Amino acid sequence: MSEPKTETVEVNGFPCRVWSKGQGPKVGFLAGLGGLPRWLPFLDELARTRTVIAPSLPGYPGATGHSVLDTHLDWILAVHQLLEKAGLSGADLVGASVGGSFAAEMAAIFPRSVGKLALIAPFGLFDEAEPAADPWAQRRDAVAAAMCADPRNWEQLVAAPEGANSIEWPIEMVRAAEAAARAFWPLGNTKLEKRLPLIGAPTLIVWGEQDRILPPSYAKKFADGIKGATRVQTIAGAGHLAYLDKPEAVAKAILTHIS
Amino acid sequence: MKLMWFHLMPYTELPDDFNKKHPSVWVDIHSSLFDPRRAHHMYNDFMDELEYAAEMGFDAVCVNEHHSNGYGLMPSPNLIASSLARRTTDTALCVMGNSLALYNPPTRVAEEFAMIDCISGGRLIAGFPVGSPMDTCYAYGQNPSLLRERYYEAHDLVKKAWTEKDTFAFSGRFNQQRYVNIWPRPIQNDPHPPIWIPGGGSVETWRWCAEMDYVYCYLSYYGYKAGLTTMNGFWNEMAKLGKDRNPYRAGFLQFVGVAESRQQALDLYSEPAEYFYGRCLHVDSRFALPPGYTTEATQRAGIEGMMTKAANLANPATKAALKATNMKDIVDGGYVIIGSPDEVVEQVRHVATSLNVGHLMLLLQYGNMSKDTTKYNTRLFAEKVMPKVKDVFSGWEDKWWPKPMARGQRASVPAFRPQSVAAE
Repeated sequence: MSEPKTETVEVNGFPCRVWSKGQGPKVGFLAGLGGLPRWLPFLDELARTRTVIAPSLPGYPGATGHSVLDTHLDWILAVHQLLEKAGLSGADLVGASVGGSFAAEMAAIFPRSVGKLALIAPFGLFDEAEPAADPWAQRRDAVAAAMCADPRNWEQLVAAPEGANSIEWPIEMVRAAEAAARAFWPLGNTKLEKRLPLIGAPTLIVWGEQDRILPPSYAKKFADGIKGATRVQTIAGAGHLAYLDKPEAVAKAILTHIS
Repeated sequence: MKLMWFHLMPYTELPDDFNKKHPSVWVDIHSSLFDPRRAHHMYNDFMDELEYAAEMGFDAVCVNEHHSNGYGLMPSPNLIASSLARRTTDTALCVMGNSLALYNPPTRVAEEFAMIDCISGGRLIAGFPVGSPMDTCYAYGQNPSLLRERYYEAHDLVKKAWTEKDTFAFSGRFNQQRYVNIWPRPIQNDPHPPIWIPGGGSVETWRWCAEMDYVYCYLSYYGYKAGLTTMNGFWNEMAKLGKDRNPYRAGFLQFVGVAESRQQALDLYSEPAEYFYGRCLHVDSRFALPPGYTTEATQRAGIEGMMTKAANLANPATKAALKATNMKDIVDGGYVIIGSPDEVVEQVRHVATSLNVGHLMLLLQYGNMSKDTTKYNTRLFAEKVMPKVKDVFSGWEDKWWPKPMARGQRASVPAFRPQSVAAE
């Protein structure tokens, strides 16, 4: 697994890391809870045939600037700037979890800026009859199993790599959780359902069968709400961050959709 | 020194198997455990106890705010304080306090505190806590990443509402109000009622208190031994900022159980103390650390170990880890001071002088302590301990104490005569 190319763009005066790798038409990736503390096998799968561009959301590993985003409008404009500066205008866009919600917002509010859309267990809705779990109220030893079907996949994501700064690394991990909380506290409900009908892009909705944060039944709510053509694909053996549990299966589903 | 009588108002009838059957005393504690008819008696007992403490000559009575909490039955301490304003005469009323970010608009706090100050003739101490994660982020759904910014802005707004003479517009990051003009206005208007800040061990809070000239209060349940590192950190920071060591810059919470002898104290206070440290502090760790609640500077300080102990003590998750629940460890750890009056005198003097704290907030009721025992503890402390510790810090001026109207100018409140007694 070779290293991606690293660039930095500024959003609201704060640096955001942009990773890219691969060849072929561009595809953007906005990561889920935890962000991208490291490059992933899932992204390598996509990079076989596409140029994968993964900008870090404000506050996610590699980026700051969440602290000036007070409202959902602030967040949406920040993400839009981030995609433009990362060279993703008009490109196909994949978003997962927290990033999935923003990917959906981009396709709804800035329809010309998104080609085809793929959402992996996106945030944004909340159904009192089937409440989503609270990702920010988990006992320390329960977090990994909440995020992934195989807890080791989460542990691997957040483990400090050799040579990492032992003070700043854990702070960065907390900052990623804070950034997500800042945008989605307390329920993950941004009233995205009001904007789903504005999405005209062909949309693939991917959900881990064992998602313990957002009920897989939410997939249908997204499919029903989105105006464009939609398809739901459930991934066996995968949890909320399905791209960590089943990188090949998720990448294959996405490549099939955007090809 | 000032001796202040603090009530948490714990629900006193949590079942013996509470910790086994229930994950948390806070946030999602089950409603079936709450019997409103029993709570009727608890509230009335607690308010009797506060009034009794005032009668016994404590300098202040203190109440605080908690939500969805089995050991704190005061979502609104202001309700209790307003009753105390009528049923006490000279005692300061310390509301410790109102979590500013939970009020929308925050001018509600400026108004209610002004009401209490007016009703009481200027006896209010205005406490402004950020609030615990359980109260603010979980029970009240506030965003942990925005909580402190909201808190500071609400503080600015409340203070301006108290001090600005003309109606003004407030255009804040989170609060927008065209017409801010509170009625009533506080009696203490030179410049405003004393502001006290309960906080954990974060350097930012210490600096802010110094800058604003507010009293910093460390309200830990773990007593003077665990509190020493934090208070040393506070005083070191004051020295760095060029502030004097006036002990009235600080407040500290301490549990006490006084009796005729140490053995009698153990007999009387072991059950309520073990009830408190066992059942009342049984908080699910999943509610301890919402991301963003602890600032990055405080996290960094903790990790770097520059002030590891202070930062860890400010961290509820670590607090839970060092929690003792049997009386021996509770006493050995200094969570609760017990003994005969003279033994307690010695310990209280030690707490005050070693921490350099002029405002000692005493918990003389805790856990399921009965009204009789509470009154006994309170009376013994007032009669046999207080006179022997009052002189501590007599060389310092308390510039942060309420300045009420002169006694002769204050309204006389008619004595309360219960109907049922009259009829008998």
